Amino acid sequence: MQCDICGKKKATVHLTEIVDEQMSEMHLCEECARQKSSQMEQQFGLADLLAGLSQTTPMVKESKEGMLKCSDCGLNYEDFRKFGRLGCSQCYVSFKENLSGLLRKIHGSSHHLGKTPYALKAENPVPVSSSAALLPSENVEGLKKQLQIAIAAEDFEKAAMLRDKIKGLENG
Amino acid sequence: MKIEELLTHTGEWLRGEGPSANIVMSSRIRLARNLAKTPFPSRSTKKDLETTLNIVEKIMVKVPFLKGATLFRMNELDQVDRQMLVERHLMSHEHASNPDGKGLLVSTEEIVSIMVNEEDHLRIQVMRSGLNLTEGWDIINTIDDTISKEIDFAYLENWGYLTSCPTNTGTAMRGSVMMHLPALVMTKQINKVLAAISKLSFACRGFYGEGTQASGNFYQISNQVSLGHSELDIIQNINGLIRQVIEQEEQARQALLVQNRPMLEDKICRCWGLLRTARIISSQEAIELFSMVRLGIDTGILKDVNHKALNELFIVIQPAHLQKIEAKKLNSFERDTKRASLIRQKLGGKDV
Ligand SMILES: [Zn+2]
Ligand SMILES: [Zn+2]
Repeated sequence: MQCDICGKKKATVHLTEIVDEQMSEMHLCEECARQKSSQMEQQFGLADLLAGLSQTTPMVKESKEGMLKCSDCGLNYEDFRKFGRLGCSQCYVSFKENLSGLLRKIHGSSHHLGKTPYALKAENPVPVSSSAALLPSENVEGLKKQLQIAIAAEDFEKAAMLRDKIKGLENG
Repeated sequence: MKIEELLTHTGEWLRGEGPSANIVMSSRIRLARNLAKTPFPSRSTKKDLETTLNIVEKIMVKVPFLKGATLFRMNELDQVDRQMLVERHLMSHEHASNPDGKGLLVSTEEIVSIMVNEEDHLRIQVMRSGLNLTEGWDIINTIDDTISKEIDFAYLENWGYLTSCPTNTGTAMRGSVMMHLPALVMTKQINKVLAAISKLSFACRGFYGEGTQASGNFYQISNQVSLGHSELDIIQNINGLIRQVIEQEEQARQALLVQNRPMLEDKICRCWGLLRTARIISSQEAIELFSMVRLGIDTGILKDVNHKALNELFIVIQPAHLQKIEAKKLNSFERDTKRASLIRQKLGGKDV
């Protein structure tokens, strides 16, 4: 049996792929199977989702998107759409509007319910008097950093809370 | 640890025990993590990549479960060495094919491995034997907590952990379970089961061993969604699904035994005989025969072999392993010969 993709080499890998409840069998050579499997691993329908997203976006926005660029790493939104990879954590802030819809499409939700990094657990109310025992990023500088992120992400509720906490620490 | 030392043993997770080990070969939990202030690896400079590697090297001594771990720098290994690490399920094929600036941290018993500068800065992986995602989660959660005391991770409260690919955003966790489902295949029920799984937004691949030949009886099932559920919820969902599949496979095995025992015995014993006598064998054929022998162990038809021996063979019959064992390059024919002799040796076959 010959490889379904290159049609040249002998098919040694037999793959079952399910897309939209449709199952298809593929017979691939080792090399093509590798490519295929890393694609599947990484892009699980992402290209389709991205394409679908641009179809539903009005033309006016299209040209705006064309100029959209990450303020930190310089990645164009256009390039993200092509390759499906973001360039840095700031990309999530720079492309916030577009990503919000995309994340909801991929995951059916755009609200994280999992764990929190150790440093940010500092958001739990901490008695101001015990400032000597504060965790590394529970100091004013760390909180200011978080405040910047919160403002950039337009998470105003969190920003207000952080602002209060910083005030408390600075006055205490 | 030198890379050759890996050849003296197999990963602890291949010991063939643990919950439902008759149907579930292994469980894997993976977490993706990125440094908050460094561009993701694809947009990192050479210097950024090196700095990230150095940070990992510096903090690894503080991380539980990583006592005595080794950090391999990919560009210091040759192609066969890197392929060997892929064959041991310690890293992705992608990580091996483009070695610059990449690293791999491996714990002594190969329970934990961390890919550095793959698609994300850190890809932490924990492997367990049998159906044991919960234990895997406990281990990886502890490791992640410790690392997060040392490194500021890219994270937003509403979107969770930020990853290079938005399909991983949120918990950035993927749980995968490798299942052996020969009876569902033989009774032609597998497609129905796979279709049901994909409906529940889980991924299922009829694909065993990245970069090596596959066998239809091994299926890896994993979650697709990483945002909007807690890690433990995701794990519970996978467990619930896997338990249903286990039940179906068990019923199918019973049905085969009741309705077709002589034929099943014949098939299994022939495969067992082939493995112990063959002189030339491809990995595709070997894995198909292993699958039948495995079923023979689980149904009590074969008694002179156990899961552990078979699991070890799964790893060492792959091309890079054969070449490392022989310490030289082998062409395809030489590999098929060496593979057959290794299998005969391991399974107590006779060398005439
Ligand atoms: Zn091909
Ligand atoms: Zn960016």
